[in-house]
Amino acid sequence: MNHPNEEQLVLYYYGEAETAGVEDHLGECESCRGAYHTLQRVLNSVDSFPVPERPADYEAQVWRAVERGLPRRRSAMRFFTWKPLIAAAAMAALVIGAFFAGQSWKKPGSRLAADSQVRERVLLVAVGDHLERSQMVLVELANAGISKNGSLDISYEQHAAEELVESNRLFRETAASAGDAATASLLEDLERVLMEIANSPSAVSAKQLDDLRRETESRGILFKVKVFGEQVEQREREAAPQNASRL
Amino acid sequence: MEDSDSVAVARVKAGDGDAYRVLVDRHSRSVFRLAYRMTGNEQDSEDVVQETFLRAYKQLHRYEARASFATWLYRIAANYSLDLVRRRKRHGEVALGESAETNEDAPEILRTLPSPDPGPERLVFSSKVQECVSSTLSELSQQERTAFVLRHFEGQSIEEISGALGLSGNAAKHSIFRAVQKLRRALEPLVTS
Repeated sequence: MNHPNEEQLVLYYYGEAETAGVEDHLGECESCRGAYHTLQRVLNSVDSFPVPERPADYEAQVWRAVERGLPRRRSAMRFFTWKPLIAAAAMAALVIGAFFAGQSWKKPGSRLAADSQVRERVLLVAVGDHLERSQMVLVELANAGISKNGSLDISYEQHAAEELVESNRLFRETAASAGDAATASLLEDLERVLMEIANSPSAVSAKQLDDLRRETESRGILFKVKVFGEQVEQREREAAPQNASRL
Repeated sequence: MEDSDSVAVARVKAGDGDAYRVLVDRHSRSVFRLAYRMTGNEQDSEDVVQETFLRAYKQLHRYEARASFATWLYRIAANYSLDLVRRRKRHGEVALGESAETNEDAPEILRTLPSPDPGPERLVFSSKVQECVSSTLSELSQQERTAFVLRHFEGQSIEEISGALGLSGNAAKHSIFRAVQKLRRALEPLVTS
């Protein structure tokens, strides 16, 4: 073969398949062998790039941090099967008016605070799950990459979005009838985005994916859902010990 | 290793959340190393590790068992590292390893490294090489750096890199070539002296 160029030597160094003949040539040609040895020394020296050591219990530290961010365990099974939330949403809708109408469970003397502990938990869990699942769909689409064939299969997100639209509608209508315009508006924006996802083709092009992302970004919906979801989660945490202490 | 990764993934998909810990335990150090080589910043690398495992969990339904779990995980880590560095650059922040000459923390890291040879001349030489590698890596474009790190440190093939970065095979190859050329220009005078 002719003298290999620098690119062929790089590929040879990394063991890429398309460098047949380079080894034989290096055995015969001193100048190419010299060039290759220099390249080897340069690339071997790159291995000296320092990476700080991690402590002995690093894996445990990472797990503690990661575990906090994982979807709640009680919904772990449903996370992968995407069972619809409609039943939970319908049940929650019975009490959601009180939830949106004004955190009255926090008022010691109110009727809801006195007699609706269980319903309150049902509601918080349902709203929390709904927002968490909606957020997951939006995050996955925001981070997904187009495959080599120029499209992305979003059938999984579509199916999830179809179910979420149903439960979202119940929550939105109830929030509106309870007079909570801000929450109703947030859920309305969320519903529009979910419907766009549900009505998209199951395999989207790069442009269609960009359009979906732009729609999501223009409404700032991911951020709003995240913030509202965290508020609901906080309320759920606050409610849990009170209930536990009454058992 | 791959088989047991697949088993752990299957258990997580079946609803066993604790099985995910097996994957975290097995891969967290290597994800940190990749992230550090990409970002040059310790705190950012910790963020990358956590976010990678969270994203991987949420996207696990996309993972196909016939592919390597580690390669799939590193792809997530590499892409998130890229995002992070781009965001930092947009906000005008400088990552720890971005300029060894101007960043006071970088030499500190270099000083804390164990050296294979305790001789003072060798130490000085080794430190110079490390500094030069660090500053040259920080001067690569993000695409060049990612492609190079995945090829050189993670041993990924050109095909895997092009898939991870959404590039054609040729574009991935040329990113690696450009990175090697820049490293060669910077390091050759040192390693051949």
